[in-house]
Amino acid sequence: MTALLIRDLKLAVRSGGGFGFALAFFIAVALIVPLGVGPDTETIREIASGIVWVAAFLSSLLSLDRMFSIDFEDGSLEALAVSPLPLELVVVAKIGAHWLTTGLPIAATAPLAGLLLNLPADGYIWVVASLLVGTPAMSALGAFGASLTAGMKRGGLLLSILVVPLCVPTLIFGAKSIALSIAGLPNLTAFLLLAATTLLSFALVPFAAARALADGLR
Amino acid sequence: MSIWEFANPTRFVRLVDKCLAPTAVLSAMLLAVGLVWGLFLTPDDYVQGSAVKIIFVHVPSALMAINIWIMMLVASMVWLVRRHRVSVLAAKSAAPVGAVMALAALLSGGIWGQPMWGTWWAWDPRLTSFLLLFLCYLGYMALWHEIEDKERAADLTSILCMVGSVFAFLSRYAVNFWQQGLHQGASLSLDRESNVHNAYYIPLLVCMAGFAFLFIALVLLRTRTEIREQHAAVLAARLNSDVS
Repeated sequence: MTALLIRDLKLAVRSGGGFGFALAFFIAVALIVPLGVGPDTETIREIASGIVWVAAFLSSLLSLDRMFSIDFEDGSLEALAVSPLPLELVVVAKIGAHWLTTGLPIAATAPLAGLLLNLPADGYIWVVASLLVGTPAMSALGAFGASLTAGMKRGGLLLSILVVPLCVPTLIFGAKSIALSIAGLPNLTAFLLLAATTLLSFALVPFAAARALADGLR
Repeated sequence: MSIWEFANPTRFVRLVDKCLAPTAVLSAMLLAVGLVWGLFLTPDDYVQGSAVKIIFVHVPSALMAINIWIMMLVASMVWLVRRHRVSVLAAKSAAPVGAVMALAALLSGGIWGQPMWGTWWAWDPRLTSFLLLFLCYLGYMALWHEIEDKERAADLTSILCMVGSVFAFLSRYAVNFWQQGLHQGASLSLDRESNVHNAYYIPLLVCMAGFAFLFIALVLLRTRTEIREQHAAVLAARLNSDVS
């Protein structure tokens, strides 16, 4: 499993596109929204928590398409399926690799985006914390979508339609836990619910995705 | 005699042949009675005027939109556990009906909301969760459409239905949470159940029954079509292999 994780990480870094791309996209969205909304500091500050989360969501969607489809096409998924490693753990490794190349760097650069969006000082710690806790859920749910669309010609488009409704709770709790902290209100409930959503995704997705992948290989 | 007997497609088709006409007629009668009674023979509401009468379309369609998803969930689980093809085909045939019901609920709600709330759409928790339900239907149907292999499509859509149900349920409560702090006072969701007067209540029940039977008739019809389509595909494949 560790070997698979390292292999996927190497592939993501060396093939280019995977690693820096999501991060660049995240910053680009954080840049483009103020350009669209207008330079009014107050308005941007009000929507900052939402923008950060929407940007994180969109950039994690970007690289999902390739999570299983490449391995599916070149047959390495079949090799993995007959290996002693259960398919569920393969899925977990894939989620881990995806998160390490999108969620983690995004959470790490989020303060920069916060700076661009005039986020109040209280919000920074919660931006990082909520992204750290919430982005694994988005990687996991994305993995589920990717497992359903693996081997499909136009899978990418369908993938985003399938994943959007699944990510709604994560998005709501994540953005809310930042927004509440900025407003000076207690946000622990939102944060814990976010964590719970992540845990729930991890309890469900590996099994569902493994089943879907096994189905595609049969 | 158990319900599983009808897992046999031939037997199911025979059942449909027998039940379809009565169900359709019953649904048409119930809808005719309920809608005419509801729309023309009930008094206008004292605050809402005649706009109140949209509940005779709105409430049954909303109710069915939720119930149809639950039916699809059960049918999907039956497919995954017991591999009865009729079950998954019934779920497949129910999806478009459910999507239309959800859309009808959203549209009729908008038509009611325009004079009453002064807006077609508000980011009210209930409205939002319905929009999400509609999206779930669309995703489910899109997945069926995209996968060519029928067996695989059946499996994957069933898995999607199950996982989707968990998150749709979660979203319903997440949306409540999201709304509370953001738009205080903008929430206008009515608890209609408790304040519907008897004059509306009985025709509303008739309409609900009419919608339910309409759904049953449509699902029976569409499932029969699906079974026959599969049957035809098998026959065509056999014919081709015979020729070559």
